[in-house]
Amino acid sequence: MLIALADTVSFSWDVFADIQMLLHYHFMQNAYLAATLVALVAGVIGYFMVLRDQSFAGHSLANVGFAGATGAALFGITPVVGLFLAGLLAAVGIQSLNLAARQNRQSDIAVGAVFTASLALGFLFIHLSTQEYAANVYNVLFGNVLGISDADVRVIVWSTLLLMAVLLFIARPLLFASIDPDVAAAHGVPVRVLSFGYLVLLALEVAVAVQVVGVLLIFALLVTPAAIAQYVTTRPAVSVLLAVALALLFTWVGLAVGYVTPYPVGFFITTFAFATYVLVRGGQFVWERTINRGGTIHRARTAMGGSV
Amino acid sequence: MHESSFSSLSTATPATLAPVIQVEDAAVDLAGRTIWREVRLAVQAGEFLAILGPNGAGKSTLLKAILGLIPLSAGKIIVLGQPARRGNAAIGYVPQRRHFESDVHIGGRSIVRLGLDGGNWGLPLPFLQPRKAREASMRVQEAIDLVGATAYADRPIGELSGGEQQRLLIAQALVTRPRILALDEPLDSLDLRNQQGVAGVIRQISRETGAAVLLVAHDVNPILAAVDRVVYIAHGQVAVGTPQEVITTETLSRLYNTPVEVLRASDGRIVVVGQAEEEVDSHAHRPR
Repeated sequence: MLIALADTVSFSWDVFADIQMLLHYHFMQNAYLAATLVALVAGVIGYFMVLRDQSFAGHSLANVGFAGATGAALFGITPVVGLFLAGLLAAVGIQSLNLAARQNRQSDIAVGAVFTASLALGFLFIHLSTQEYAANVYNVLFGNVLGISDADVRVIVWSTLLLMAVLLFIARPLLFASIDPDVAAAHGVPVRVLSFGYLVLLALEVAVAVQVVGVLLIFALLVTPAAIAQYVTTRPAVSVLLAVALALLFTWVGLAVGYVTPYPVGFFITTFAFATYVLVRGGQFVWERTINRGGTIHRARTAMGGSV
Repeated sequence: MHESSFSSLSTATPATLAPVIQVEDAAVDLAGRTIWREVRLAVQAGEFLAILGPNGAGKSTLLKAILGLIPLSAGKIIVLGQPARRGNAAIGYVPQRRHFESDVHIGGRSIVRLGLDGGNWGLPLPFLQPRKAREASMRVQEAIDLVGATAYADRPIGELSGGEQQRLLIAQALVTRPRILALDEPLDSLDLRNQQGVAGVIRQISRETGAAVLLVAHDVNPILAAVDRVVYIAHGQVAVGTPQEVITTETLSRLYNTPVEVLRASDGRIVVVGQAEEEVDSHAHRPR
């Protein structure tokens, strides 16, 4: 079957011809546009998610979207709206749990309980909805990037513009509040407002990203590129740019490979992200074990010199 | 005795020598409990003050009141001629705690930079304002030099030792060239050698920049050589003066309202014995 497919679409060494082939169909143009915009924001938002140690909360927020999407179908609301509303509710929940715990680190058990309850709710919604929709659940969970309509693209374009504008505006105070909430507060940064605002932005990004990678695989775009970037560099601006670049790379390559093979795009995006993560962490481990032995000696010397 | 020093300062000072911080009959209530009251204090530029006292006495509260983070229930606090307010760039603040988890993979230089413009909205565009960008990185380097952290300023902060992290956090507070430096237990959780190292750095900064330093500590000994005056808080009362004046059997017994004894070892170290020592050492459940 693969061979049969290779007759119709396959890559050549002519990059322009390849791009022309990839973007020949309208559905692929939509797919590339939507995935690019989603990955752009995911890289930035993901950087803060890793920094704030909120990857579990973010993952849960995405999963609450499952109840949002299925509920939207049941009650006849636009899926994106249903997803966003569910995400907002989850954001309120996570924020109040945070304040109740009076600490920066998440209360993982409570977040987990909320997210499981919402999955159960989504399960009920599917049971109550029509048979045709039940078949669609697959798309909510794993995304349907090749089935994005022009209307979807418009929603994604506008939300991306909004998200990027807000994120760039709050980037520095959010970075400060994420690293060091006490000092940030003393500098007049509204730490709590930012912390909730960040979750709202995340809810919006999840709502639009679900069509590309689905609620279960969204982790691959949000967390994995940012985690890799933070291993590689200690400079926040470089790290954000690298996270964005990686998210774009994974989606572009994932789409291309998904197009020429009969396998789903979400699988490739996630797998490329995971493989890169493993390579970087493994490489770092080897580097620290073998080549960088001198680092420990240097460290001991500066510690002594610095304390006199 | 602190009242005499206070009045002599305020009568003999024209505008140029006005105190950088003036606390007038201030009191703070938290959750219906009076933390301290009738606090009078005037801090001059370049002065190094240690805020001492047992746990829960309200040392950090005094610092936060000066920073405008906690409202007063009586009196007032004037900082550089204006009522204390939140987000005052003239105060560099290093709060209690704080060490970074080992997985925080952000360079020390970026952490210091946050102290300069981390609270600003929007993003700077270095290629549009190259001079501003150069100025900013110069200020950051200057603060890093002041605390002697140049050797490790570009390493991830999570991988640094407690003393190295503390120096960078002080640099973060220094980067705005503040006229007041407020440090909440900066020597806590450091070993003795690093305590003296960091205390020395703070003393030197105060001399070089003319900044007034307020340092909360629960052990006076590592900073004894560096401080000009101490503010001793216990049982809601406050005594201010030089260490020789305040850390005495008589003054502390009056503060604690119970007999305590202050012993001075031959090497100059001070040991407080009695009720006070018990309270200083017990980290929880202080009976009131």
